[in-house]
Formats: sequence, C-alpha cells, structure tokens
Amino acid sequence: MKKIFQRPKSMQDVATHYCAGCGHGIIHRLVAEIIDELKVREKVIAIAPVGCAVIAYDYWNFDVTEAAHGRCPAVATAIKRLRPNNVVFTYQGDGDLASIGIAETIHAANRGENITVIFVNNGVYGMTGGQMAPTTLIGQKTATSPLGRNAVCDGNPIKMLEMLAVLDGVKYLERVTVYSPQHVLKAKQAIRKAFRNQIENKGFSMVEIISMCPIYTGRSVEASIEWIKERVLKDYPLGVIKDKG
Amino acid sequence: MKTKKTTHKKHLMTGNEAIGEGAVRAGCDLYAGYPITPQNELTAFMAKRMAEKKRIFIQSESEISAISMVFGASLTGKRAMTSSSSPGISLKQEGISYLAGCRLPGVIVNVMRGGPGLGNISPSQADYFQATKGGGHGDYHIIVLAPSSAEEAMSLTILAFDLADTYRCPAMILTDGMLGQMMEPVEISKFKFKDSRSINKKWALTGAKGRKPQSIKSLYLKPGGLESHNLRLQATYEEIKKRETRSESLYCNDAELIVVAYGTVSRIARAAIKQLRSRGKRVGLLRPISLWPFPEKVLKKYAKGTKRFLVSEMSTGQMVEDVRLAIEGQAKVAFHGRPGGGIPTQKEIEDKILRCLR
Ligand SMILES: Cc1ncc(C[n+]2csc(CCOP(=O)(O)OP(=O)(O)O)c2C)c(N)n1
Ligand code: SF4
Repeated sequence: MKKIFQRPKSMQDVATHYCAGCGHGIIHRLVAEIIDELKVREKVIAIAPVGCAVIAYDYWNFDVTEAAHGRCPAVATAIKRLRPNNVVFTYQGDGDLASIGIAETIHAANRGENITVIFVNNGVYGMTGGQMAPTTLIGQKTATSPLGRNAVCDGNPIKMLEMLAVLDGVKYLERVTVYSPQHVLKAKQAIRKAFRNQIENKGFSMVEIISMCPIYTGRSVEASIEWIKERVLKDYPLGVIKDKG
Repeated sequence: MKTKKTTHKKHLMTGNEAIGEGAVRAGCDLYAGYPITPQNELTAFMAKRMAEKKRIFIQSESEISAISMVFGASLTGKRAMTSSSSPGISLKQEGISYLAGCRLPGVIVNVMRGGPGLGNISPSQADYFQATKGGGHGDYHIIVLAPSSAEEAMSLTILAFDLADTYRCPAMILTDGMLGQMMEPVEISKFKFKDSRSINKKWALTGAKGRKPQSIKSLYLKPGGLESHNLRLQATYEEIKKRETRSESLYCNDAELIVVAYGTVSRIARAAIKQLRSRGKRVGLLRPISLWPFPEKVLKKYAKGTKRFLVSEMSTGQMVEDVRLAIEGQAKVAFHGRPGGGIPTQKEIEDKILRCLR
C-alpha cells in the first residue's frame, strides 16, 4: 500500500503547545513540507524568534537556534555568510520582526542577504498576552489598546513588505494567509519560492503570512478567521509585492 | 600563550591594530562592528585585513546587530569578534547575556571611554563593574582580560579566543582609549597561534547531516531546568577561576605598600614605583591581567605580609571593591582615581604612595 499523506521528515512526532486554531502549527508544517520537498533538511539552520514560536526546535527535525528578541536577521546574516551552502531561514512574529527587530530586518534586507524570512503576522503579541503589535489594525482592541488602536497615539499598522519593496537588495516579497485550505496551498507555493530563491542564490526573500491567533483576535477559531477575512485582508492585501525574477 | 626565545622583527602598531592583528592570527572568521571613537582604528583595520584574508567583515547597523552576528557566527562553530567603546558595549549586553546563556564563545573588545551617557572620548576605566560583574541580565560571568601594552593586547586577544572556545564562554578584552590609540612596537612572530579548526565543537549547528538535529538555546521552561543550567554555568566559572587567573607582580615580596592597577594606570604606577624604589621606598605593583577571574588569591597572599594597598583607577573606584573583598580586612586599602577621562599622573601616584606610607 502506498502512503499518500504522512508527517514530513522535517517534523518531529510530538504534541503541540499552540492554542487550538493557531496558525503557527500550519506554518511550521508548510515550512517542513517544503524543506522535505527541496531535500535540504540536512542543510537547514533555522533561527527561531522570541514569541510563541520560540520552541520551534521541539517541532522541527533539523538544526534550530534561538535568537534574542528581534535579532534573527542579524544572526542569520552571520550564519549564511559563513556557511553559504547551508539553507538559513528565520521564523518571526510581527512583534519580533516589525517592532523590536525592525532595524535588523531592514538592514538584512538592504544588504540583500541570501536568506529566507518567514514572517508570521497575527496582529498581536501572542506570547505575552495579546498586546498591541505594530501590525494591529486601527480600532482593534488589545490588552494595551483597550479602547481600540488609535492612530493619533499608537500610529498606523506597519506594512513591512510595502516598506521593504523599495530596497534594491530585496528579491522577493509575497503576502499570503492560511485560514482556508486554498490559501494554505497558495502559502505553500510562496514559501517554496522563498526557499528556492535562496538555494538558487537569488537573494533576500520574505513571505508574510497573515495568521490566526484565536485567543487574542476573536476568542473563537471561527471569529478569528472572520476577523482576517473581513478586516485584516483589507489593510493587508494578499499577493506578490515584489519579485525581481 | 607560548613564546619562542628568538629575536624577531618588531612592528609599530596601535593597541587597536594589535588587537585586530591578534584576532586575524587567532583565526577569527567573522568580525562585525559599528563606528565609535576611540576604537575606530580597529574596525577600519579589520575591514582591510579580513578582506585580504577572504574572511567576513560586516559593518553592522548597530552594536546590537554586531553582537548578534557574533552569536550567529559562533553557533556555527566559527570564531568571531566584535569591538566597540563604552556606549556601544552597553548595547551589546543583550547579546553577551545570550552568548553566556547559550554557552557560546565569542570575543568582545571594549576600548573604554569616559561616561556615563555619551561622556567623552578620553580614556577611562569606568566600565569595570559592567565588564566583571556580568553586565547584562542573568547570573553569569565572562572572561575579562586587560592588556597594558600593544604587544600584550595582541597576545591577550589570541588568548581570549582560545579561552572562549575552551570554556564555551564569551571573553572580553577590556582596554582604554589611551592603549587603543598609542603606537608601540609589537614582535608578532613570537606568538604561537592555535588553529581554531583543531578545536572540536560538536555542539555547533552545521545542518543535521549524519546526526540528530541540534539546537542552541538559553530557554529552559521545565521546572528545575534553568536552575541546573545555571549551576552548570557556575561550575564552568569555578574551573575558569581555578585555571585562568592571571596577574603580574613587581617588587611585591618585600613591599610595605602594593599598588594595584591594570591597563594604562598600571603603566603610570609602574613608573611611580620604580622612581620610589630608587629612593629606597619599599613599594610594589600588582597588576591584574584577568579582571575576571580576579586574582584574589595572590592579593590575599600578599596581604599577609603587606600592611597597605593603594588601588589606582581611571574611575571613582570600582576595582577597589574587589581588592577589599580579596584582602578581607587584613590590610588597609587606599584609593586614588580620576574619573571622566582624567588620567592619574605619575606625580599624583607617587605623592599618594608617600602619604599612605607616612
Ligand atoms: C527584549 C525583550 N523584550 C520583551 C520580551 C517579551 N516578549 C516575549 S515574546 C514577545 C512578543 C511576541 O510577539 P510576536 O513577535 O508578535 O509573536 P507571537 O507570540 O504573536 O507569535 C515579547 C514582547 C522579551 N522576551 N525580550
Ligand atoms: S497565543 Fe496566539 S499565536 Fe500564541 S499559540 Fe496561542 S493562538 Fe497561537
């Protein structure tokens, strides 16, 4: 009998600690499937963020390091420069990548580091209890914007891909989401491309994944999906933002 | 560090350049830095030398990024260094704490300037506390070596790489703007260099080829996990204390008063002591070379026969606390210091010694 569906070799056989309906698990698996598909599991060095995904090494079956909050792109820069034959990627939340680590993100992109960045935008700081993130929408209530995000004092949601697109060093930027099976398939294509680019030495590639955090954006899994469909995607349109070919 | 007994050609270089050349010869694979005076010569030197050697030089966007690059390099088993001066070293503390927590080697150079805040760009020793007591968050130490000449800056830099690798612990060269920018002859060929590739770093992340996946982490969430991790770190620190404490003593055996000073101040104190010896005064010099681990045993030993100690620093008194702790009240400890970029003069130290002896 032929097995047509199984756990990717790049995933370990363990129970998840993520909340029900969380996007991290789906995205971990997509990354693992692509790494299997591209046959680079033994070459991967991944950099986990500070955030809910910090213990990604408990799920993935390849080499993973932690980094200080937001510093993943700087850590990845050094690894990739010294070991260009390894496949180096960072996996970061929106607090990690777009707030505390925004300088590291912009400068790694601007240097055109040949790395892959998996950017999980769930609109909040999940790990610390649902505070406002740089990507939180205007009017969105969080632990630290109890009356809703207010542009006057909180600023507007940051669009990282649109910001990075103007940098010459950047090769490929695409925004995807994972709330439905169709979107998961599209997300997988984008992730594949971002890894392929690195393997083909094409340069800095980043995929932003609009992800669900049911605990802090809607309380139920369905509501968090509704939230993405009705609200988030209006501010964060899906699609390729930049592709230098 | 082993030295050969033959005489060789001397090179005239600044302390900053000597550190750079030491790093290159120690097999530093990656250097990352951000401009700040008075260590700019070192970054510029590395930009040139690392390119010549086809190694990695990166001018990072900040000191935080530079130390994170050292972290990245180090976790793959390569040798890496970053350098800065006081304000920049404050920013590196995050990364230093992570290096310590993840048990990663890495060399950090602090060419100290006056503080606090932006301070000034004059030589200073005001970052002693920061360097020797941890500096960042958590219960940890790093190895801290304090050269007093360009030649020693080179040899201690090489030693810093070796010790960092041996103990899987970050190591710092703590020097100041005076030593960093002053030119002195250095006899490069007398140093013996270890080949970094000969050290087996089984823990390094290189891709899980032919082995199980590995991780580098400082997060320990299971009950008791972080406590045992901390105890293991402390066990390493005890080893380092036992084996790697270094100091130099001059005329200490019969001294009525021993001056304790490191780096630039030790040079000034040495001149003062030689002058007073020529006038028949029984004074000696104890120069800590490793500031952490601190040479407390040697001090304790001398405290049995010496009534007085004088600590001199380019600060309002930081190392003096460690001297008092080591001596445990067995002798009197006086202090003479100049903060904010002031440098104690030979005359000041001589006068202070004479007053203490009275
Ligand atoms: C220097 C520092 N500041 C703050 C924190 C606390 N902290 C842990 S995770 C996190 C934010 C995580 O949010 P995000 O990056 O959006 O990831 P998520 O948990 O939502 O996946 C913060 C602020 C920290 N660990 N280190
Ligand atoms: S808090 Fe949000 S991001 Fe974190 S595991 Fe739960 S659902 Fe996922």
